[in-house]
Amino acid sequence: MNGAADMGGMHGFGPVVPEPNEPVFHADWEGFSFALNMATGVAKLWNLDAFRFKRESIPPAQYLNLSYYGLWTTTLEQMMLEYGVATPEELAAGHAIPPVKKVPHAVTAAEVANMVRCGSPYDRPAPAPALFKIGTKVRARNMHPKTHTRLPRYARGHTGEVVRIVGCHVFPDSNASNAGEDPHWLYTVRFNGRELWGDDSDPTVRVCIEAWEPYLEAV
Amino acid sequence: MNGGQDLGGTHGHGPVEPEANEPVFHAEWEKRAFALTLAMTAPGGWNIDMGRFARENRPPGEYLSMTYYQIWLAALEHMAKEGGLVSDDEIEAGHSLQPPKPVRRILLPGDVAKVLYRGGPTERDTNTKPIFGVGDRVRAKNINPLTHTRLPRYVRGHVGTIERVIGCHVFPDSNAHGGGENPQWLYTVRFDGPELWGADSDATIKVSVDAWEPYLSPAT
Amino acid sequence: MQLRTRALETILIEKGYIEPAAIDELIETYETKIGPRNGAQAVAKAWVDPKFRQWLFEDGTSAIGSLGFGGRSGNHLVALENTSSVHNMVVCTLCSCYPWAVLGLPPLWYKSAPYRSRTVADPRSVLRDFGMELPKDTEIRVWDSTAELRYLVVPMRPTGTEGWSEDKLAELVTRDSMIGTGQPKQPKDLG
Repeated sequence: MNGAADMGGMHGFGPVVPEPNEPVFHADWEGFSFALNMATGVAKLWNLDAFRFKRESIPPAQYLNLSYYGLWTTTLEQMMLEYGVATPEELAAGHAIPPVKKVPHAVTAAEVANMVRCGSPYDRPAPAPALFKIGTKVRARNMHPKTHTRLPRYARGHTGEVVRIVGCHVFPDSNASNAGEDPHWLYTVRFNGRELWGDDSDPTVRVCIEAWEPYLEAV
Repeated sequence: MNGGQDLGGTHGHGPVEPEANEPVFHAEWEKRAFALTLAMTAPGGWNIDMGRFARENRPPGEYLSMTYYQIWLAALEHMAKEGGLVSDDEIEAGHSLQPPKPVRRILLPGDVAKVLYRGGPTERDTNTKPIFGVGDRVRAKNINPLTHTRLPRYVRGHVGTIERVIGCHVFPDSNAHGGGENPQWLYTVRFDGPELWGADSDATIKVSVDAWEPYLSPAT
Repeated sequence: MQLRTRALETILIEKGYIEPAAIDELIETYETKIGPRNGAQAVAKAWVDPKFRQWLFEDGTSAIGSLGFGGRSGNHLVALENTSSVHNMVVCTLCSCYPWAVLGLPPLWYKSAPYRSRTVADPRSVLRDFGMELPKDTEIRVWDSTAELRYLVVPMRPTGTEGWSEDKLAELVTRDSMIGTGQPKQPKDLG
């Protein structure tokens, strides 16, 4: 969707402000928000793409005024409601109200180290040969789905070059709507800065994105 | 600029919510913010393009969460301060602290109707000729200025047809930043919906924008 | 906001940059004098008078000028003709440009993100927010007011209004029908 998260190329946000000696979390609740989201992922309550879609669906005025972990917590609440993990009454009360639905698996402390090391690979067996080769000129499609996509607005309609064939990966556009993993070939596509930003822009800039095959067409 | 105001084609803002019997202004202060902005253009020596840039030139999160007249007031304060007409400490104090800056003219009550009726025509004489004619296919340039422009993101790079040759008009990209009026030929350019939104989108839609010649190149 | 605005106004008056009476007159003008009645008058005249109709479409600025309307946000007016196969809608995606001279100041929804974002991409869904549905094959022309041209939609004259006076016809012309987010009232709606 063309939501507030699609920030590439936007102006007005001001300077990048690095914080010296920045802590990993700025407050306890942030750490908790982070850990909760990791744990719910392991419990397989929902998939990451669905979570991202929910997060980017936060109305732009709200999205842009929430802190990073504020976005995570807001999204987590909405996912819990949507997936029947919690009721509005429980969220308001701040505790579970029986009966409590069982989840497939709750991650234990002992499992955390392994969970962090293994992660969650997204590569899948290929359903068909890759369409594009390294060096192929491709154009990013001019698509504007209202649902989840990982093709940013700034790339759409522009022509770049395949510089890597990443592999066959879970397709977020499908997975986010729980329509299945629908794996597709994933490529790294490189664009010249001037192709993206105009003839007057910095000619030394190149921008790479990872783009799934359905986002691309041969030129 | 690619700011929070460039909204065409963005998602997630929710439904349009018309208000039944909506008043012209929702609060007394809105009336004042509106009228002060109009009245200050004379002493400020500002033009509408400067005013528009002052409104859009803020963090997108601010732009989208401020109300319409909050943005007007913030822009007015900014322009008045930048023009040396008021200072931060005066705004904090709520009254004048330094002598006024001499201004060339102000809006007199007796002139309001006349000034409103005159409005702000932007057409200018020229001895140049328009490059494009009705029916020509043109491509909107992929420009991304940090400064003021009236070419929305959603048309950039796309091909449309010249529908009307409007005339030679003040060019906002220049006028907003002290570059003078620099009038350019202005056209209405019509785009097919699928050209803008994708081949699968509604083919019954056509979108027109009014675009100055520097925004366009011939489509091959 | 009340305090902030009053503070600024106080300073500007004290410095002599503005005259309070001018402020009051500006407010009064747009609250009471300039409004959609102007546009409705032009549309009603176009419905009964073919020569005015032609003039309105060929040179909107001078046509509305003949009725005493014009000036701010009306110096360059273009009238758009709705037909049985074409429906026009007006938006300003970049800010809130609107034909003040014939419609007064825009409503809040016109200036807000939902309308500005969706009208150019999915006008049918916007019309649905207004309770309006158009036939599937009607061409929808959306006009994004990016320059100083201001657009006025001229809706189709409702049936059953033969012989009506301009004044009575003007009562059917709603503000939304002149933006393109509504249709004129029907005779039965006047009650």
